[in-house]
Amino acid sequence: MTDRTPNATDERPPKPRPAPTPDADSAPYWSAAREGRLVVQRCTNCGARQLYPRDRCLVCRGPVEWVEATGRGTVYSFTVIRQNYSRPFRDWIPYVVALVDLEEGPRVMTNIVGCEPDDVRIGMPVRAQFEAVSDEAGIALFAPVSGADSGADSGAD
Amino acid sequence: MSWNKVAVVGAGLIKMGELFEQSYEQMAAGAFSAALGSVDKGLDKSAIDAVIVATQRGSLWGQEGIGGNTVPSAIGLSGVACTRVENACPSGSDAFRIGAMVVASGVHDIVLVIGVEKMRDKSTQEGLLARAAAGHPLYNRGETAPVLFAPFATRHMHDFGTTPEMLASVAVKNHHNGCLDPYAHFQSEITVEQVLASPMVCSPLRLLDCCPQTDGAAAILLTSAERAHEFTDKPVYVAGFGVATDHPYLHEKTSFVGLPATTLASGRAYEMAGVGPRDLDMAEVHDCFTITEILDIEDLGFVEKGKGGPASLEGETALDGRIPVNPSGGLLAKGHPIGATGIAQLTECWWQLREEAGERQVAIRQGFALQHNVGGRGSGVSVVNILTRNP
Repeated sequence: MTDRTPNATDERPPKPRPAPTPDADSAPYWSAAREGRLVVQRCTNCGARQLYPRDRCLVCRGPVEWVEATGRGTVYSFTVIRQNYSRPFRDWIPYVVALVDLEEGPRVMTNIVGCEPDDVRIGMPVRAQFEAVSDEAGIALFAPVSGADSGADSGAD
Repeated sequence: MSWNKVAVVGAGLIKMGELFEQSYEQMAAGAFSAALGSVDKGLDKSAIDAVIVATQRGSLWGQEGIGGNTVPSAIGLSGVACTRVENACPSGSDAFRIGAMVVASGVHDIVLVIGVEKMRDKSTQEGLLARAAAGHPLYNRGETAPVLFAPFATRHMHDFGTTPEMLASVAVKNHHNGCLDPYAHFQSEITVEQVLASPMVCSPLRLLDCCPQTDGAAAILLTSAERAHEFTDKPVYVAGFGVATDHPYLHEKTSFVGLPATTLASGRAYEMAGVGPRDLDMAEVHDCFTITEILDIEDLGFVEKGKGGPASLEGETALDGRIPVNPSGGLLAKGHPIGATGIAQLTECWWQLREEAGERQVAIRQGFALQHNVGGRGSGVSVVNILTRNP
């Protein structure tokens, strides 16, 4: 029987990150991320912002438009995964699954990359970076903002 | 005043565990026999006129298309009305709630509510955890089932100072209770030190913070309050119930220190039963992970928000505590065969209210017990049932 423990030697080539199947509501989100941009929906009636994408505003059922987000946010909560039998995730152990609150309001589920998993903290400032996963979609991951970078960002816009 | 239109006149379950040697139908038959055998004055099975089956994932035993209607034939009831209920982790408790409404409607007189789940026949990769990783692509970032609760633990610790020892105390208590429950999957004591030394699965949750994957079945017989005394002199009544939903996707949830579906569902159940948390003698709550029980006892109003950790550590929820929680051993020790879980919890409440729970019997003073499940994607649904022995 094949050894299925996460740390077993696995000589198969790494499995790619799963790619989403864009649909009518979500295609603009995925294609923006493919181009390295993070976008969120804004209600043209009440101004509420939302992710993930829906055909209308969940608050007032008004029409929604896409607006660019800064890609800056803070870690709301997280967990470090040390057991996962499914590929490709088992190849990444340990990795961080986090909820990040965007400056624009919506919360996203993401991975924190670019630091040791044990260094992730609630409230940590992070910034989006993007990974293309198919011809039509990219996904947003987040990395800690360094001190100098963070200072420069606060004066931007 | 409690609702009390429907009574439980029989209840039973099979020993939980890894039951590779029993088929789905054999487990169902075992639970049915236990429930039928528990009816004090006897009940002719031909009097049962409807069956409600709770099975959450038929696909875990390769039968997703059949959907529960094989059960009546397997237990000698072919011909009766049968419907399957699937409502995530509260499937069993929701089947019970629906069964109570069916009886109260007057359409059916005697209803069998039976929960059956095969969790171990499929490998982990084909099972619940693998499927949990294959959710909506926008949040498919490698989360496993514990990820649905681990970020709540991280945030609860951050906001309220909840500690790993407090989490561990929940597992220690429930494993202790499981030692006193002959139906529990696990029947051995564990210590806080053992929990804290067990492998980290998904921080801050360690192996012993997690419930096992368990096969099992449980069954309950319901009839109207008027007819209950034909079958027993000690009926237990359905005092009230409630169901509520919440955002299923973690990133749309507003709070990570509570589960709003639990608060809403229990509020509705308390109102229907005409009681509050202080009127309860015990509760069986959804402890799929240690943090879940801490969230539950806060959201159900047993303790203030943020105080669930200290209350657990200080024994408030122990068998002899202020409000005993999970005397059966809970999901952590008794096990979590999803469709059967809620019905097994209700069976424990039935035993406790009838003072038939043996070594794990808690003091029954006011005559009310609460049963709770929460689950689904991101705890998107909760069911609460309240039972009473007071007519």
